[in-house]
Amino acid sequence: MSVPVLTCTNLCKSYKNGYPVLNYLNCSLPSGKIVGLLGPNGCGKSTLMKLVSGILVPDSGEIYVCGEPRSERTNAWISYLPERTYFNTWMRVEELIAYFSEFYADFDVAAAEKMLGDLGIDTKAKLKTLSKGNKEKVQLIMVMARRARLYLLDEPIAGVDPAARDYILQTIIGNYNPEATVVITTHLIHDIEPILDEFAFMGYGGQILLSGVADEVRAEKGQSLDELFREVFRCSKSY
Amino acid sequence: MGWKFNQKEPVFLQIARHLRKEILQGKYRPEEQIPSVRQLAFEAAVNPNTMQKALTLLEQEGLLNARGTVGRFVTSDVAVLREAGEQMRRELVKGFLSEAKELGISKKELIHYMEKEETV
Repeated sequence: MSVPVLTCTNLCKSYKNGYPVLNYLNCSLPSGKIVGLLGPNGCGKSTLMKLVSGILVPDSGEIYVCGEPRSERTNAWISYLPERTYFNTWMRVEELIAYFSEFYADFDVAAAEKMLGDLGIDTKAKLKTLSKGNKEKVQLIMVMARRARLYLLDEPIAGVDPAARDYILQTIIGNYNPEATVVITTHLIHDIEPILDEFAFMGYGGQILLSGVADEVRAEKGQSLDELFREVFRCSKSY
Repeated sequence: MGWKFNQKEPVFLQIARHLRKEILQGKYRPEEQIPSVRQLAFEAAVNPNTMQKALTLLEQEGLLNARGTVGRFVTSDVAVLREAGEQMRRELVKGFLSEAKELGISKKELIHYMEKEETV
């Protein structure tokens, strides 16, 4: 087995009110997988992504990216899609591309332009003139056009229409790279199920309740992940 | 976009069935090269690893042959193709009969109705 792309050991994080969001969370993700990080609202999925991408600092515990402790260096290997758009809206799409390609050494301008072309997004358009859905698509394209080792996609399909959702999923598949791993959080499990290799259910109390291979759930239980999710989170007492 | 999948069965088995059908329907001819894993995964909107698994299964069945790094080709072995066709017919009839049984329809009745439905 190669080195895991991401390893978290005994990760703890609580916010100001002292309520622990992540409580001794442990996980390890191999390379070349598309992983669904699934859990009810507020269970700490986004917090975990923010910790891994270095936006938040853990209270205790360790994060390793490709075998190295998380640092500025490992940050360069991670492409993170936050749940909100954060671009300067006065920028034009082409300026954004220039900005990204200057900022990230692994940014593939041609790939970004091709994806924008596929969607018919005018690179001369100012971001503020784009609709919310189109803004989200631009943001996803910027994230997926990087040749990163770990992609963290926080709710990439939540705010867009079903057709755009399909495009986003195809973008993720189309950029698939056997060296890299993609982590997707969402509660729209049904939509992303066919593209997942592995899944992890995260429960309240910030721990991984259950994880495995998506197709094995179907083979062994004759159940989709969506159905399993409903079952697990119905039975869980802490929930 | 994508192929339709049911909730119960592993996705790779459903993909394999879909491709088997396409081969038997003649979408891909004997000796013809099928699209790459990446292309097929994109078309079906599934994970490339899952597509790979489905193609490996079809290779094991002999319907597809891998030629090194060139790609995968549909077999020209008539016996294998015929067997796959047989298998598909059996499955179709089995499913049909078990549903008829659930509804308490006898074989005789089925034949009667099938002959009436001549438009098919």
